[in-house]
Parts: sequence; C-alpha cells; structure tokens
Amino acid sequence: MSAEETVSQPNPIEQFELHRIFPLEINGIETSFTNASLFMLLAALGVVALMVLATSRQAIVPGRIQSLAEMLYEFVANMVRQTAGKEGMKFFPFVFSLFSFILIANLIGLVPYTYSVTSQIVVTFAFAALVLTLVVVYGVYRNGLGFLKLFVPHGVPLPVLVVLVPIEIISFLSRPISLSVRLFANILAGHITLAVFGGFVVLLLASNGWSFLAPVPLLAIVALYALELLVACLQAFVFSVLTCVYLNDAIHPGH
Amino acid sequence: MKMTIISPAFAAESEQETHETVGATGGEAHHEGGFPPFQQENFAPQIVWLIGIFGILYLLMSRVALPRVGGILENRETKIASDLEASREMQAKAQAAARANEENIRLRREEAQAIGRDAQQKIANEAAAQRTRAETEAAEKIRAAEARISAAKTQALGNVEQIAIDAAASIIEKLSGAGVDKDRLVAEYRNVKSS
Repeated sequence: MSAEETVSQPNPIEQFELHRIFPLEINGIETSFTNASLFMLLAALGVVALMVLATSRQAIVPGRIQSLAEMLYEFVANMVRQTAGKEGMKFFPFVFSLFSFILIANLIGLVPYTYSVTSQIVVTFAFAALVLTLVVVYGVYRNGLGFLKLFVPHGVPLPVLVVLVPIEIISFLSRPISLSVRLFANILAGHITLAVFGGFVVLLLASNGWSFLAPVPLLAIVALYALELLVACLQAFVFSVLTCVYLNDAIHPGH
Repeated sequence: MKMTIISPAFAAESEQETHETVGATGGEAHHEGGFPPFQQENFAPQIVWLIGIFGILYLLMSRVALPRVGGILENRETKIASDLEASREMQAKAQAAARANEENIRLRREEAQAIGRDAQQKIANEAAAQRTRAETEAAEKIRAAEARISAAKTQALGNVEQIAIDAAASIIEKLSGAGVDKDRLVAEYRNVKSS
C-alpha cells in the first residue's frame, strides 16, 4: 500500500512504482534489483521456507507448518489430477511453483508498505506466456499435428466448423491476455481501491468539520481487506486451474 | 470491470501532472513516465529477476520440496496401512485364539459330562448288582426256610398220624378190650378215606 502520502495529495498508484535498489545493466538489458525483485525474492523465500524448511524433519505426525505444507501439496496435486488427469501430473511441480508463488506474492502484497509483485502486467503476462508456450510446445511434442485438433471440436458438422474453427483459434490466442489481465487487474484494482479509501480517511481527518466521518471509509477498508484476502487466494487458484485446463488441452487436444 | 473504480481517484488529483493515455484499459496516468505497471523501462528488470527467481523456485520445488513432501505423505500412508494390516492380523489372531479357547472349553465340558455320566452309570450298575445279589441271597434264604418249614410240617404231620393211630388204637382197645393190629387199622383207615 502507499507509504508516505502527503495529507493533501494521497496517491493510490504510488504503491506500484518501481524503485531501483541496485541499478544494474548487463549487455544493454537493465537488470536492476528493484523493490519488485525484492518482493519476488521474499515470496519465493516464503514458499521455500514453507515447503523446504518446514518439512525438513519429515515427521510422520506433522507439526503445524508441515501439515500446512502437506495441505498445499495435496490441494495442488488434487487440482492437477482432476483437471489435467494422471498424465498432467508431470506438470505438477510447475503448477505447484506457479500457484504457491502467486499465492504467497499476493498475500505478501496485502501487508501494508509491501509491494505487490502480481500487480505488474509484465509479471502476470510473463507467467501467462510461459504457460501458453509450455502448452503449445508440449502439445506439438506429444501430438504432432494432432495438436491442431484442439481447434476442431469433435463431432461438429462441417458447416458449423467453418464458423467454429476461427472462434476456437481466436479464443486460444486470447488466452495469454485473459489469463494475465485477470490476475493483474484484480490485484491492481484491489490495491488501488484500498489506497483510495485510505486516502479518504486521511482527507476526511484533515478536513474541517467532516473528520467525524473518517471511520466510515476505515470500516470500508476493513471489509475490502477481507475481500482482497479472498481475491488473493482465489486469483492464485484461478490462474493455476486455468493453467491445468490449458495443459489438459495440450495432453488431450481432441476433447 | 473493476478498473472503473480508478477513474474518480485519478480525477480527484490530476492537476499538475502530464496526462497520458496508456494501454488497452484506457486508464489515465499522471506520474512522470506514466502509470507504473505500463512503463516499458520497468519491464526488463522485472522479467529478468522473475525468470531467475521463479526458475530457482521451480528447481527447488521439483527437486527438493515436492519429492520430500510426496515421500512424507507416502511414508505416512504405508505406515498407516501397515499398522492397520498388523492390527487386523492381531485381531484375527485374537479371534482365532478365542475360538480355540471356546472349542477347548466345549471339549473339556463334554469330557466332564462324560466322566460324570460314566461315574453315575458305574454307581448305578454297582447298586443294581448289589441289590440283585441281596435279593438272590434273600430269596435263597427264604427258599431254605420254606423247605425247612415244609419238612418240619410234614414231620409234624407224620407225627400227628402216628399219634392219631396210637390214639385210635388205644381208644379201640379201651372200648372193645381186644388187641388191635395197628397196621391193619391204618390200612382200613386208608381204605375208608379213599372210597
């Protein structure tokens, strides 16, 4: 959330600014360590702490954090198995990394003064592009030209196909956009809303005579925060479920 | 979409900054260089670090964490299954032992009953034998006594006849005054009696 807002000028998008902590450039590509990189690192470390450190004892009777790790594992494993089938389990580590990283990044982003990694379209688009590249590459590798059956639904008469195939192609091509924008827009909008309401609190407190109304947007923030917690988990889930669905298409293109 | 929420917030505070239309969402940006998520100079450093960090995360997950957690879960499952199996075996064993015990008890009870029956039988036999023996003895004694009595009776009856003969002879002698041949008397008597 926005850190230091001047009382006169609350700025709800200041929280998305990228600050170069260590400016760096390699081969003409800027690789500065930014606040975004810092929080990517924190999210990844959070996942590693949960999944690697907490399970190091490998107890038969798990402790609290270990059972959390196991729950996460089984949750994602069931999701992959149910959506992409047994064969989809070879992508389980990928889907798990994706889900846990996005989930932890979303949740960390909800802590005040932190940075939301997934509120950047470039990050979500990179994930979506990775998923869709994986789908296309694996689909072609596994099915060869049969992968194109993805665009020809089974058992549809020829005249309908003439209309349907272009629609299928367009829907396939729009997948990376819908996938990335969904996550990005949800997180971005949520954070902006929270910051705007926070700004209202500040403005009301600073105003003459209306400061008694300041608790109203504050209560709204509390309610919105609960909603944002839900959105943070839900969007991570939606992103990974759709990943599984697309991977299922790569595995069984003929429907 | 939710993005509409942004517009009033922007409108509320867009004074000094340069307006700039960004991206497909059409949101207004007002920071130097534009709306941060759409600033292209921010793309490269984020992608580079994302690839690095996510790559390492993926390797850690697929090589270390997930096999380990999977192993833990599998271990637990096999442990639970083997424990259940062991307990089932124990239960079966206990049930078999209980059945054997019951069978044993039944056999012993039958044995005890047989012994009881035998003992009863033996006692009954003995008692019966003793009774028959006592009865035969008694019967023999009775028979001997009856024989003795009948002998005594015949003897006594014989004596009575002699006494009667003597008495008759002496009566006749007294009455007639003549001597009496006893043998003839007896024969005459027999003669009279039989006719």
